[in-house]
Amino acid sequence: MENKKLVINPAWCKGCGICAAFCPKEVLAIVHEKVQLINEADCIKCGLCELRCPDYAIYIEKEGE
Amino acid sequence: MPSKLIEKTMRVNRLPHIWCPGCGHGILMRDVAQAIENCGLDPDKVVIVSGIGCSSRAAGYMNYNTLHTTHGRAIAFATGVKLANPELTVIVITGDGDATAIGGNHLIHACRRNIDLTVVVFNNNIYGMTGGQYSPTTPHGEKGTTAPYGNIDYNFDIPKLAESAGATYTARGTAFHVPQMIKLIENGIKHHGFSLIEGLSVCPTYYGRKNKKGSAVDMYNWQKENCIDAAKAQKMSAEELEGKILTGEMSRCEKPEYTDMYMEIIRKCGGDK
Repeated sequence: MENKKLVINPAWCKGCGICAAFCPKEVLAIVHEKVQLINEADCIKCGLCELRCPDYAIYIEKEGE
Repeated sequence: MPSKLIEKTMRVNRLPHIWCPGCGHGILMRDVAQAIENCGLDPDKVVIVSGIGCSSRAAGYMNYNTLHTTHGRAIAFATGVKLANPELTVIVITGDGDATAIGGNHLIHACRRNIDLTVVVFNNNIYGMTGGQYSPTTPHGEKGTTAPYGNIDYNFDIPKLAESAGATYTARGTAFHVPQMIKLIENGIKHHGFSLIEGLSVCPTYYGRKNKKGSAVDMYNWQKENCIDAAKAQKMSAEELEGKILTGEMSRCEKPEYTDMYMEIIRKCGGDK
């Protein structure tokens, strides 16, 4: 898990809130119409947010890729 | 700074796309790209063909050989591409109106021929681009700008329609159930014959607003609660399945494929010499 990082691209985020609503650990929130990682410690980097983001604005980056 | 998948499969300088906040089409387009990747196809041998409508914007964003055609005619253009170059993998991205109303005839005749195309229908139950008119998949009783008192038409079941017209692989997935949808598209691409995969999308702007379905998140929650995998549904009672939508592989069979048969005619007549 340490070699994974959650990346957010606010320029592409439209604030629909799907990622935050279906995050199993509730670590995301929409703040001023953009997604933010509000609880980094609890994020398990499962990548469900990446799969369901219609705008490709949030994803898991693997180190060395 | 997009993800590796998006960087590889999309025209990043065209992003962010124009679809509304919460629209399921972005999710489904990513599913198509992931399925192509999973199949390990050479991007130069993949053709994306689309018609007109919200769904059909996808051809502009995807970084393959792409063809954005006229309303309802994506399958007709795709048939031409496939017949001219049978070695290409031809994927059609179309919408519910484009595929089953304006292009209804092209759809059923391509099914009948069993030509090796993979058709992915982004079904948002409404004409989004033109302002929310009801489509052939707007459920009975639901509203659109052209059905302000409720739609009296009955809606198509797209996989059933395709199967009865002769499609040899039909399936249904949703924007919410991403891994399943990717697998269904992947299987459709690998299937040698006409494949149709319906992807249930979400249109919060028109369908959702007209029918008081709440926010985009509420509409995905609806999919989560009401779309049941066909395998799981076999263990459920009729009461439990009341009002539910079945997803997964709907039908599959093997039949000679159209371009194979066409090439065989050419060979028989000495046209390959």
